[in-house]
Amino acid sequence: MHEPGQEEKTYVLNFGPQHPSTHGVLRVELQMEGEFITKAAPDIGYGHRGHEHMAENRNYQQFLPNMGRVDYLHALAYNQGYCMAVEKLTGLEVPERAEFIRVITAELNRIASHLLWVGAYLLDLGAFTPFLYCFDDRENILDLLDRVTGSRLTYCYYRFGGVPKDIDDEFMAGCRAFITRLRGRFKDYDDLVTKNIIFIKRTRDIGVISKEQCVRYGLTGPMVRGSGIPYDIRKSEPYSVYPRFDFEIPIGERGDIMDRYLVRIREMAQSLRIIEQALDKLPDGPIMAEKVPKRIKPAAGEVYQAVETARGEFGCYIVSEGDIKPYRIKLRVPSFGNLSILPEIAVDTLVADLVAILGSIDVVVPEIDR
Amino acid sequence: MDNLVRILGTDLGRMLAGLIGVIALVSVNALFLIWMERKVAAHMQLRPGPMEVGWHGAIQTIADALKLMGKELITPAEVDRSVYLLAPIVVFLPVLLSFLVIPFSQTLVIRDMNVGVLLILAFAALTVLAILMAGWASNNKYAVFGSIRSVAQNVAYEIPLLITVMSPILMVGSYRLTDIVAAQEKFWFIVSQPLAFILYITCATAETNRAPFDLPEAESELVAGFHTEYSGMRFGLFFLAEYTNMFIVAALATIFFLGGWRGPVLPGWVWFLLKVYAIIFLIMWFRWTFPRVRFDQLITFAWKILIPLAFANLLLTALVMKLM
Repeated sequence: MHEPGQEEKTYVLNFGPQHPSTHGVLRVELQMEGEFITKAAPDIGYGHRGHEHMAENRNYQQFLPNMGRVDYLHALAYNQGYCMAVEKLTGLEVPERAEFIRVITAELNRIASHLLWVGAYLLDLGAFTPFLYCFDDRENILDLLDRVTGSRLTYCYYRFGGVPKDIDDEFMAGCRAFITRLRGRFKDYDDLVTKNIIFIKRTRDIGVISKEQCVRYGLTGPMVRGSGIPYDIRKSEPYSVYPRFDFEIPIGERGDIMDRYLVRIREMAQSLRIIEQALDKLPDGPIMAEKVPKRIKPAAGEVYQAVETARGEFGCYIVSEGDIKPYRIKLRVPSFGNLSILPEIAVDTLVADLVAILGSIDVVVPEIDR
Repeated sequence: MDNLVRILGTDLGRMLAGLIGVIALVSVNALFLIWMERKVAAHMQLRPGPMEVGWHGAIQTIADALKLMGKELITPAEVDRSVYLLAPIVVFLPVLLSFLVIPFSQTLVIRDMNVGVLLILAFAALTVLAILMAGWASNNKYAVFGSIRSVAQNVAYEIPLLITVMSPILMVGSYRLTDIVAAQEKFWFIVSQPLAFILYITCATAETNRAPFDLPEAESELVAGFHTEYSGMRFGLFFLAEYTNMFIVAALATIFFLGGWRGPVLPGWVWFLLKVYAIIFLIMWFRWTFPRVRFDQLITFAWKILIPLAFANLLLTALVMKLM
């Protein structure tokens, strides 16, 4: 730090935890020189709720509702990851129809999460209107999911061995209507946002992440795909019935904010494709495995299951000692890894760029804090 | 009655009537503009906007203003007290004074000065001082940021603004606003000066700190910029000044490029207000369509694009005037 007699040139700016652009209680301590950032240090933990510790003190079913509250924007992926880990541990077979329903709902949820991101991100860049357009579209998904899951945000829909409630014709018709609607909206988003000169100026070549950095920091999700690495758990470590669908992994070229934005937009289109195929191929049959024990009491052992959430790789690592409670559950959350690169790419940028970069990481702070 | 007419006939009487008229206009205008902004924004965003208080929420702003007056006036610790308290007043006064010279119709002008344009632009420059005072006195880093940005921005955009309005002035040969309107008898200056009009609107948007140039109060970056630490009616005065400033720049655009009060059938002042609100609608449209530019891009835009263009336009105008 500065010594006596030496003129102080930098100062500290507390960015958050109460700030419109940190999307929750995240604090970034900025060392500033004028409007340039010389050092950025994220300070996390304001929203720590001790999910992992909670898991050790309740049985497997009782921990299920927590999974909707770690990442509240893509809750169904967390549901899926945890359920699949427990199913792996206990050897439960999930019926095919239930797997399809899981894929449809999880992909709908993914689109909802990306839509919210697009809206909130443009809000960060100062454009207010797209936010409400995105929310208008997202509202359709929430209504659809509300129908089958009973809630609109913190879903707790999947069960060990399947899903508790079947989807009906009205839901399927609603899904198809939504697919048509959103496909028509992509052009609007393109015209209004992607081709806007101010938007391009704010995002092109800002916050560039190289492939090497991606690997070094263990980034996942759109962050790593924006830099040109086609890493997506749905393809690279296929789970559920994803291998049966035809879809692509969109990747960017330069690794800047614009690429990450485009990756997310294209991912929504791919999710629509998956949902459409799943609706077409939806098999008949039971939605719940037979003979699911009332008390889940897996044998001693450990298991890891990763799924692709809207933000990246969510991994659920369970250690069982043969009790009705897990010995330890470790949640590998994507936002934590993704945020860790901020100090490196935020240096020598302006405050306005920091907002843009932080937004492009798409952090969900409760997920980081757990 | 005779006495009243005699009093109003004197200079002092005119000034007094003018002042009361201006204050009334400023208040009603701000109430209307805030409602208009909310409605414009809402309809661009697929929602109805305020609907509860009055017809389509028409008196919602009055309810909001009442709420604002009831709020506690917080003075944070360690502010520079006198400057902090003075800033909202300083931001508001020059705005009021600008109305002195604006001709609402051929006869409806408080004081028809021969330096009208200069007076308005000089007073507009004072707004920067108030913003600087507010930001500096607040003892808050975000507020200082906001005011520093504001100063840099206003200095950068005042130059092209002045040069741009010089072109119509050159065509008329007078700084008097009524003369400028009178000179547009045959055609509006927007026809002969389209580039100047575009430049003017761009600079005016930046001058009034409106999106996409709303960097001094960029919400997602600087929380609320220079007025972060102001609450209640003190914040209300900043708000009022912002909307009144918008009215003034739109009024100038009307006078310079859209023929002022000229128009068929309807009385002059109606035409004038219609044109002013059309320009304001345009500025609002910008705000709800564009993302915000970055600070360095904003300054580069002013110095490298707007100023050369404004100069080119001025030179061209001078050349054409000389040849004609």
